Amino acid sequence: MRKNKGRSRFIVLCVAPAVILFFIFMILPTLNVFRMSLYERGAYSPTETFVGMANFQALLRDTQFIRAMQNTILMVVIVTIITFALALIFASILTHEKIRGTNLFRVIFYIPNILSVVVISGIFSAIYKPENGMLNSILSLFRGETVTMLWKDAPLVVPSIIIAMIWQAIGYYMVMYMASMASVPGSLYESAGLDGAGRITQFFQITIPLIWTNIRTTLTFFIISTINMAFLFVKAMTSGGPNGASEVALSYMYGQKDAGLYGYSMAIGVVIFLFSFLLSAMVSKATKREPLEF
Amino acid sequence: MELKEKQTSTKVYKAFIYVALIALAVTIVVPVAWVFMASIKQNSEFYGNPWALPLGFYWQNFVDAWNTAKMGEYMLNSVIVTILALLILLAVALPAAYCLSRFHFRGRRFFHVAFMAGLFINVNYIVVPIFLMLRDGDTFLKNVFGFSFLLNNLVVLAIVYAATALPFTIYLLSGYFATLPHDFEEAAYIDGAGYGRTMLHIIFPMAQPSIITIILFNFLSFWNEYIISMTLMHSATGGKTLPVGLLNLMQAQQSAAQYGTMYAGLVMVMLPTLILYICVQKKLIQGMTVGGLKG
Repeated sequence: MRKNKGRSRFIVLCVAPAVILFFIFMILPTLNVFRMSLYERGAYSPTETFVGMANFQALLRDTQFIRAMQNTILMVVIVTIITFALALIFASILTHEKIRGTNLFRVIFYIPNILSVVVISGIFSAIYKPENGMLNSILSLFRGETVTMLWKDAPLVVPSIIIAMIWQAIGYYMVMYMASMASVPGSLYESAGLDGAGRITQFFQITIPLIWTNIRTTLTFFIISTINMAFLFVKAMTSGGPNGASEVALSYMYGQKDAGLYGYSMAIGVVIFLFSFLLSAMVSKATKREPLEF
Repeated sequence: MELKEKQTSTKVYKAFIYVALIALAVTIVVPVAWVFMASIKQNSEFYGNPWALPLGFYWQNFVDAWNTAKMGEYMLNSVIVTILALLILLAVALPAAYCLSRFHFRGRRFFHVAFMAGLFINVNYIVVPIFLMLRDGDTFLKNVFGFSFLLNNLVVLAIVYAATALPFTIYLLSGYFATLPHDFEEAAYIDGAGYGRTMLHIIFPMAQPSIITIILFNFLSFWNEYIISMTLMHSATGGKTLPVGLLNLMQAQQSAAQYGTMYAGLVMVMLPTLILYICVQKKLIQGMTVGGLKG
């Protein structure tokens, strides 16, 4: 009996701090996102008035918000497809081909992942600078004249951010897939090679199906994380500019908070929250396959 | 004849692979190296060819960034917040993960699922409610006690960092603890060690590899984070962390055209992470495949 009491006390002592911190700084704010989306709140006073679905109704008519959602979806789709395609191809090359300096390549490709998004946005400012930026100066060599392309202006700003996001994400996923591809037994490739299957057939018929579970899990997380990364990149690179052309959902939400429209801001939060869950659930459902054993 | 053809096609393929790999490596290394080069250039050098090598080592950029742009002060703030957040995180997450994975008690499954669900809550969604909660708390404190300390406080920022890193850390740690055989504890109990002693002296030392992984990943995420820091440390008079300071420097640079100082600031933010990366890159990549995902 005494022992049991000591045991319970020990468990409570161990678990309680984590649960308390987790509750105060994660559960409570999450619940508050949903609750506050139904209220209007003064910019400087904590008085709240219940407005029901009014914030959500206003969202539907907000063209800025619709553009922000479109940008978000565009970024998620394109960044996901290109990052996954390139990461899988490069991972497959580095695991299966005899390449000199495999380790060096892996070390280099992972570098962007350890840099702060602020640093990356600084690097890309130097690349995209209209007058004597790295990119324009390279283009000038081919064109034979000085190119002053405005990479951060309206038509090009979203692709410019997408490139920065792919640059950042590719190495992480490549390294991850290299690890899972290394666990696929080499004998499978040997026998496939004897049967006359080329590299491309092997990639699609052996590599991809065998690491499918891993691809699926990472895909679900990647979608959620891309919605967030889009915010981090936009906030640091353009603050949504010029004129809201590069605004994404979360940066728009953050902007509404700066404007003091807390209820409205949280309504946006709820929409993105549900959107990201729905999207991952859909992707997870659509990519479901029987897991293969090897 | 056929064999020769096959050999050439293999050679072309190999060459193509090398070109692709080197191209990707160049797009990563060159911009980073360019920033290092730019950080020692004088301001006048920024108006010519961007690929020109620096005329000399212009260290004044770093002095300016450190003093005038206050990057030195911000670096100290970043160091304090990162270390404090790591300490809090370890002190809170280790015992919790241990209990959740090794003891059977009522509510265990519930807490486990709750922390799992936390993996899907990203801080960017909840940064506004956290800010409002702390601001309301400050207003309350001011009215009752006449002072407030929740916003613009490095310790509170560190606690928020630690709290938001809990789900991932507990997920990673309990995955490791669950693999240990129960014999370790039984032997320790028979020898008369209590629960606390067993945990501190038997289990935690064995978890060292996981603990190092956790420190590495969270160091990078705390050091590089800027949204929470920007929101919770919003006062104009200092208290910024390094990335936020850099962001301000970059915005100020657009009007003042202090390129050298800006790139020196950039180097100051990324150098610690690069040095750490070079030292521990093997561990980092190993640890990553253990965790398998990130928030």
